[in-house]
Amino acid sequence: MKMHRLLGATVIIAASVGMTFAASAETVAYKIVDDGIPKSLTGKSGDAKAGRKVAYNRKTGNCLACHKLPIPEQQFHGEVGPDLKGVASRYSEAEIRLRVVDSKKMNSDTIMPAFYRDSGFTRLQKKWVGKSILKAQEVEDLVAYLMTLK
Amino acid sequence: MKIRQLLLALTGTIAVAGLGLGFVVSQTTSAKAEGIRSGYTYATKETQGLQDDEMSNPGYLWVDTGEDLWSKAEGDAGKSCNDCHGDAADSMKKAGVSYPKYKDDIGKMQNIEQRINQCRTDNMKAKAWKWESNQLLSMTTYVRNQSTGMPVSVAVDGPAKPFFEKGKAFFNQRRGLLDMACKHCHEDNAGNLIRANVLSQGQINGFPVYRLKWGKVGSSHRRFRGCNKQVRAKPFKNGSDEYVNLELYVAWRGRGLPVETPAVRN
Ligand code: HEC
Ligand code: HEC
Ligand code: HEC
Repeated sequence: MKMHRLLGATVIIAASVGMTFAASAETVAYKIVDDGIPKSLTGKSGDAKAGRKVAYNRKTGNCLACHKLPIPEQQFHGEVGPDLKGVASRYSEAEIRLRVVDSKKMNSDTIMPAFYRDSGFTRLQKKWVGKSILKAQEVEDLVAYLMTLK
Repeated sequence: MKIRQLLLALTGTIAVAGLGLGFVVSQTTSAKAEGIRSGYTYATKETQGLQDDEMSNPGYLWVDTGEDLWSKAEGDAGKSCNDCHGDAADSMKKAGVSYPKYKDDIGKMQNIEQRINQCRTDNMKAKAWKWESNQLLSMTTYVRNQSTGMPVSVAVDGPAKPFFEKGKAFFNQRRGLLDMACKHCHEDNAGNLIRANVLSQGQINGFPVYRLKWGKVGSSHRRFRGCNKQVRAKPFKNGSDEYVNLELYVAWRGRGLPVETPAVRN
């Protein structure tokens, strides 16, 4: 418990001074500044239309598992996390990017998976070793889509 | 027996057809304060109805098979369960609420499937039944059915304590690429919809359960494996020490819940 809090504290301090997370097999390096990741992971802006698909596709983002989203043609929307309608007026693009990349940097106890992390897992199935849930491009597409939810 | 099967086939189809439509969502606030609740209370009316009526509950096919096996002599000792235990309604009444139990001779926990198999190998001189085989599932379902309505009560103190602690640690350990622990779904979010499913507390008072998705009865360990795999984690083997310890902790979480075997779930 103490250790946990300590780790949490480190992350917050690290986040506010700007900490770089190293690149590895699947993921590129990124830098956290003030609770956000200001720079695009691909260096380009994403495609909101593709991002909308990532949000409901069960095989990729599946954000709908836990969030309501303005995607009326999809039948089931989860209620584990907050409704993401209006998320772009609550957060900046950088803050949204960090929440998709690794929301545990904000809340170490969250159920929300880190969508752009490829190591540090317990009993990972072989086929996922070295992989992140989403690719950099998919993260950027999602960010672009979420930024349309004013 | 045949008639029951026919009835079951019919009601089963109706229930499955109803699932898509009858999705009534009872939105509850998040869960910790809700107290201990059986998976039954989160199920749809249709599924509850299937469970409640012995004639339509498909799990009773396994109870019936277990009852047949109970008096069948097998193995080199030439004995049946009935030869030693007599009427299961009396002799097995308490067994369903108290497993997993600490066993001195093996120095660890033993669950009900393992106890049944110990009787097969040691007392009957017969081969152990395979995990998830029709025989072991049927006998487990039959034995646990004798405790229906009685409160789950496992001992977690004394020599069981270290195993209980391991089970608890397992329950709270994040796993897999999705990096979630049992507790994230079944403690923090019981009552909430996760896409099309209402999360329950992940209780095991109804096991072995008849799952409409499986089209058969399955053990708690099969369910643990499924819940491990869906977060993209490597599951453990059925009957592994890890799952028996987890089973002890999960049974304790549901202490006091009535045994519902065979429960029906989606
Ligand atoms: C397993 C459940 C789960 C999944 C899947 C999930 N989230 Fe979340 N999300 C949460 C929870 C719970 C929160 C609330 C904050 C927390 O727990 O830290 C949250 C918070 C957020 C927030 C902050 C919203 C706010 O108003 O504070 C954003 C943005 C977000 N999620 C985006 C996503 C996206 C995009 C996806 C899909 C790639 C996704 N989430 C998938 C559970 C989930
Ligand atoms: C040769 C006699 C014999 C046979 C045959 C036998 N058992 Fe047992 N069984 C025992 C004994 C002895 C115990 C231990 C009783 C005790 O510890 O109080 C036991 C214990 C059990 C228990 C644990 C009861 C409890 O309350 O903890 C279960 C369950 C059980 N047997 C099931 C079966 C089943 C099912 C079969 C048939 C497949 C079977 N037994 C066959 C002798 C037998
Ligand atoms: C991503 C969320 C999630 C995680 C993590 C998870 N489960 Fe589940 N589990 C489910 C869903 C969904 C169901 C089916 C609906 C329900 O009963 O909650 C379920 C069902 C169950 C059931 C059947 C309950 C009943 O009444 O029939 C048990 C038991 C269970 N889970 C145990 C566990 C255990 C133990 C773990 C940790 C190893 C675990 N689950 C991890 C989502 C999860």
